[in-house]
Amino acid sequence: MTYLHNIGTYFLMIAEMFRKPTKWVVMKQLILKDIDDLIIGSLGIVAFISFFVGGVVTIQTALNIDNPLIPKYLVGFATRQSIILEFAPTFMSIIMAGKVGSFITSSIGTMRVTEQIDALEVMGINSLNYLVFPKFISMLLYPFVISIAMFLGILGGMAACVYGGFSTLEDYIVGIQNDFETFHVVYAFIKTFVFAFILATIPSFHGYYMKGGALEVGKASTTSFVWTSVAIILLNYLLTQMLLS
Amino acid sequence: MIEVNNLHKSFGDTEILKGISTRFDKGKTNLIIGQSGSGKTVFLKCLLGLFEYEEGTISYDGKIFSKLSEDEKRNLRSEIGMVFQGSALFDSMTIAQNVMFPLQMFTKQSKSEMEDRVDFVLKRVNLDDAHNKMPSEASGGMQKRVAIARAIVNKPKYLFCDEPNSGLDPKTAIVIDNLIQEITDEYQITTVINSHDMNSVMEIGEKIVFLKNGLKAWEGSNKTIFKTDNEVVTDFVYSSNLFKKVRKMYIEENE
Repeated sequence: MTYLHNIGTYFLMIAEMFRKPTKWVVMKQLILKDIDDLIIGSLGIVAFISFFVGGVVTIQTALNIDNPLIPKYLVGFATRQSIILEFAPTFMSIIMAGKVGSFITSSIGTMRVTEQIDALEVMGINSLNYLVFPKFISMLLYPFVISIAMFLGILGGMAACVYGGFSTLEDYIVGIQNDFETFHVVYAFIKTFVFAFILATIPSFHGYYMKGGALEVGKASTTSFVWTSVAIILLNYLLTQMLLS
Repeated sequence: MIEVNNLHKSFGDTEILKGISTRFDKGKTNLIIGQSGSGKTVFLKCLLGLFEYEEGTISYDGKIFSKLSEDEKRNLRSEIGMVFQGSALFDSMTIAQNVMFPLQMFTKQSKSEMEDRVDFVLKRVNLDDAHNKMPSEASGGMQKRVAIARAIVNKPKYLFCDEPNSGLDPKTAIVIDNLIQEITDEYQITTVINSHDMNSVMEIGEKIVFLKNGLKAWEGSNKTIFKTDNEVVTDFVYSSNLFKKVRKMYIEENE
């Protein structure tokens, strides 16, 4: 029953988020701040992880191809497919659920604990629109982060491949160009938009409706990470089934 | 003026407010007092519309809160200033930005007009050099004064304060009390203060509502609280030896 109640409250929160909009002059500042916190602030870790995971994917693929009949360019091909289809949109989103999600939950949760949300409500401000809507808008730039993850993942794979001596640069480039389907990128970005919505709203829900003190803020951040990851994995499965099968 | 009639509020099977009726007058500092767990905070949150209640009415200058539309409620709330127990200042904003916030949200003033008003209000609470400090850099007393400045910046008709003196030293507490009373008198605001600080009761309690177990046990002022024979009130008020002595002296002086 609690789960059903929470799911209902989550959808009501989303509906409320669009009601009674905050003045544009204030909202603009909030959106810019959230873009800085959620998007620009995540670029460093995204770049670092993407580059090295791209390298690891390439090394593992190369090491598992020991049949001389399989062409060497397959390393580049497998890396590209792994990065574009799954690693960048899905697994990077799970990493972001930890980074961005816990930031959102703890910042909104702390506002709840310190009565800042009550202060907004008493003033007659729609606190959900004020707090969650700018995060939702900022996260519309999330595909930009994922584009960087895709590019750097493939670049990291190339560096590992060439400098590790697993294949030549030419083979790798042939591999990443081979049998390229534009729809795979479209599919990845459709997933990314859905995950962006999840990343903005589920952590906000856990922060906004939390009860208790500082300890509960920590617990809410953990719970938020778990449920955001679960939602991403489930939606990843459903979207893949709908779009690719 | 705020009128409360037969207010009932429960959480599950536990009834917290059991039919409170009272009136808070304009231009007066009205205090709600009582022991911890007596229902003061729930009562205040019902007044503010943060809690829904099962029975009774709360009217703001004749407008019954529960009968207002959502938009009317929001408009009414823009006429309310609130000083929270923990100040509830926005951490990400400077002191000046905190005070300017209600003006940005509810007025169409130009930036320079808003800055002038913020300067005036901060000066009014004796914080004219704290504009660019962050709330975390301010002391407890300063934070309370910023909260008061934020509450009054948009010229509210109603001012609510939840334990405005909690965590403050006695001297700062008196400064805050006097400030609230001066502002109430100066701008003719209906002020409702939730407190269990007896100094506040004696200093600024122009009207006092005493709650016990969710019921109004007594109503009066700082002038009549000394004279009451209501045991519930005297037990609470004279629980400290200091006030026992004050009462004895007061009675001796007036005999």
